[in-house]
Amino acid sequence: MSRFAPILPELILSVGGTILMLVAAFAGRRGSRTVSWLAVALLLIATVALTGAPSHAGPVYDGLIAADLFASFGKAIILPASAVAIIAAHGWFEHDHEHASEYAVLILFAAVGMSVMVSATSLISLYVGLELQSLAAYVLASYRRTDERSAEAGLKYFVLGALASGILLYGISLLYGFTGTTNFTGIAAAFGREAPSLGLLFGLVFVLAGLAFKASAVPFHMWTPDVYEGAPTPVTMFFSTAPKAAAVLLATRLCIEGMGPATDAWRQIVIFAALASIFLGGIAAYGQTNIKRLLAYSSINNVGFALVGLAAAGAQGASSVLFYMAVYVVMNLGAFLCVLWMRDAEGQPVESIDSLSGLSQTRPGMAAALAIFMFSLAGIPPLFGFWPKLLVFQAAVAAGFAPLAVAAILGTVIGAYYYLKIIKVMYMDEPAAPYGRTREPVQGLLVLAAALLVSPLGYLLIGLLGGLSDHAAGSLF
Amino acid sequence: MSGLPILSILIALPLAAGAACLMVKANAARWIALIATLIEFALTIWLWQQFDPNGAQWQFVESQPVGGIIGWKLGIDGIALTLIALTAFLMPICIGASWRSIEKRVPEYMAYFLLMEALIMGSFSAQDLFLFYIFFEGGLIPMYLIIGVWGGAERIKASYKFFLYTLFGSVLMLIAMLYMRSVAGTSDIPALMAYDFPKGAQTFLFLAFLASFAVKLPMWPVHTWLPDAHVQAPTAGSVILAGVLLKLGGYGFIRFSLPMFPDGSAQFVPLMFALGAIAAIYTSLVALVQTDMKKLIAYSSVAHMAFVTFGLFAMNRQGIEGAMMVMLGHGLVSGALFLCVGVVYDRLHTREIARYGGLSDNMPGYALLFMVFTMASIGLPGTSNFVGEFLSMVGTYKASTWAAIAACFSTILAAAYMLYLYWRICFGTQRNADAAAMKDLDLREWWLLAPIAVAVFWMGIYPESFLKPMRNDIGRVMARMERVAPKGDSLPTPGHPSAAKAETHE
Repeated sequence: MSRFAPILPELILSVGGTILMLVAAFAGRRGSRTVSWLAVALLLIATVALTGAPSHAGPVYDGLIAADLFASFGKAIILPASAVAIIAAHGWFEHDHEHASEYAVLILFAAVGMSVMVSATSLISLYVGLELQSLAAYVLASYRRTDERSAEAGLKYFVLGALASGILLYGISLLYGFTGTTNFTGIAAAFGREAPSLGLLFGLVFVLAGLAFKASAVPFHMWTPDVYEGAPTPVTMFFSTAPKAAAVLLATRLCIEGMGPATDAWRQIVIFAALASIFLGGIAAYGQTNIKRLLAYSSINNVGFALVGLAAAGAQGASSVLFYMAVYVVMNLGAFLCVLWMRDAEGQPVESIDSLSGLSQTRPGMAAALAIFMFSLAGIPPLFGFWPKLLVFQAAVAAGFAPLAVAAILGTVIGAYYYLKIIKVMYMDEPAAPYGRTREPVQGLLVLAAALLVSPLGYLLIGLLGGLSDHAAGSLF
Repeated sequence: MSGLPILSILIALPLAAGAACLMVKANAARWIALIATLIEFALTIWLWQQFDPNGAQWQFVESQPVGGIIGWKLGIDGIALTLIALTAFLMPICIGASWRSIEKRVPEYMAYFLLMEALIMGSFSAQDLFLFYIFFEGGLIPMYLIIGVWGGAERIKASYKFFLYTLFGSVLMLIAMLYMRSVAGTSDIPALMAYDFPKGAQTFLFLAFLASFAVKLPMWPVHTWLPDAHVQAPTAGSVILAGVLLKLGGYGFIRFSLPMFPDGSAQFVPLMFALGAIAAIYTSLVALVQTDMKKLIAYSSVAHMAFVTFGLFAMNRQGIEGAMMVMLGHGLVSGALFLCVGVVYDRLHTREIARYGGLSDNMPGYALLFMVFTMASIGLPGTSNFVGEFLSMVGTYKASTWAAIAACFSTILAAAYMLYLYWRICFGTQRNADAAAMKDLDLREWWLLAPIAVAVFWMGIYPESFLKPMRNDIGRVMARMERVAPKGDSLPTPGHPSAAKAETHE
């Protein structure tokens, strides 16, 4: 049994997911409600199981994965976020009579994939985890198969994702070829022995490019707005939170643990990706009229800030990335839960930003929550979204990259414009046709919890969350 | 000193009242806001009485670790005390000014005002760099909404301009704060005020902080957000913007730039004087040609803030005390002038100067009070602004004759545009029947304007009440600056002895 203790959460999810798939196959649409709640329960049990896992199980299974604090921190973000994605979908698909149980099962398998991603200490397990997550994601993107946009999103995501996987795999093969190992520690040793050869550098660049695609960092972001817009909203919400956190965390572990000695080599790439994401994400969001597209650019923008922390490297940088992703996931979940409530009187989803006009008069609570998430995503104090930004900038300044921090922080001003636009539409414009009423108490509670977390009350968590992310980052060194 | 966390209460009370406002209907919200701000003012008076001008530098200190690099550290010195008092004094007046003129979405409006009061109180009492930044920046959100929701026709543009301008200024300051934290190893403001940063770094740090405070103060050429924001904001919004938010800029200079980066500040004295001189003369001339009452007063604010720049960067006692007095006096007077505009705006719904005329016939009470505030704005002896402007000019003269000449011109031009404004509004013939039919001030408006008038005279006749609490603190700032303060071009030289001992009043 102790052999399996380090992977207890993944075991729970895989076995449970397989059983639920069988249940889904036989119970059909009638069982969808039960399956969803069971899946949520599984994810929560797996989260609880994290506390029992040995926290310092370094590389296990011949160095394939590590069940260290870093992995636990990542899973503690990913698993609850996946659970929220299942809960959010509940009231959504039933309107379309399309809600089958596969949705929850697919999310479960994606969660397993992401768990492997954040614990991977070998290029092989990295790739397996990433592909497991991606395959589930391709299906999820085209989940409303009768909807053209959804099908287009799925296809686009699949074609581009396959290309990215190919690039990644090519990079992996180069790294393996030039170092003779797929282990992160072995690769780090190879990088440390001498100045990296051209082949190694090529491998590094290709691997980072593949990961940048998964994290939707510029210049590999092109799929993001289209897929986010086309995919059903709960799926978009899922894409913008858990997989993104997993990809960023994976990149962090690979860069620091696997290519630590080559920091100077990957740092320039990360800096470029960070600044390009911040500025492109901020500027391209200007003209958007669809809230999901806007949030897609917002997520590109936010990944840029997380990468600033990665560029700072070191324990402080890694810790700031973890902190950033944790808060980012909460903010984005909250924002998307609000977007899920944007439905007209017949219950049909509405996605235009104009439809938010005057929301503060028709639905004051929802407007206030969305305003909190927008100001928080923009990083305006006193909301909590400001703090992770401060931490990544602090890491950059402490690592001697003050100009990077200055450039990034100027990006926040550019980005602030479009977040303000949503506030302006909600608070300053004349009311549009009000949204239909929704009765979803669980989602309401989730929005409330997320809003409280990113409100100034969140500052009370700085000590706790900061300590956890420091410890988690410490396990990389 | 009692153990009561009075500063936390000053921050928490408006927050709680603001939350309560959201739960009730319009009229109840008005009363809650008024009562809360009055209690806040009473607490501030108590605070002032408890403050010991000869006691420790930082009083009412509270400290509570939060975790990470931030702490809930509050404490005030005399400089902060006077500005807190100004805020608490103006707030009930703002609520009163919005009593009738704001009709839509009243609970929200009151909640934003109370939120703003809490954030301003926090900015003045924060003793932790990042806590200060959070309060300082947080003030943007309620102001953005107040301008954007309840403002005039161009409100959207003005609110964006206000938000993005000020945000742009402040983010550079944040990076500077992070650098300070990493070099000095602390974010405690009192500790940083005694810390000597390397000279080269001070230049950059000063510039980064300048970016923020120059926008906030505002200084020429980054003042352009101010006329828009003022003109579009509702009356009470303008009052609080001119009365208190601009003071955050001056407060920032005196709390951060001068004592923390003395070398950096000294390096830029000529630049600051030049910017001050341009602001003093150029914006005064701009004010002279305005046809919109609010815009005229907005430009006059920029011109008056030049006295703050001059006084602070003269770096001597008269200068800094003068700058503080200008801030306090201008807070009262510009607030009152905006209220005066609001009074006639509520009746005729236009700010066009040409639509008015001869109001002293049908509104004698209004004409009287407007006259008082016009004279105070010009800096007539006996009013608050005279003390500040005079001290500031004396200090400036000791540092630079040329800057003092520019400052004098500013006073002359102030007389020109303010008297011209007053003449066009209150004197002359009554051109429009509707303007001639306007009723004089009602009781509510008397209650708003009369207390300010009393304060203006008090400050002008017995400024010692206000100078006393800050005297020692200004002495401490000067002690930091002593090494680098500009020598001055009007000091006695061989063959030209000084006429009299000027430093007797130390």
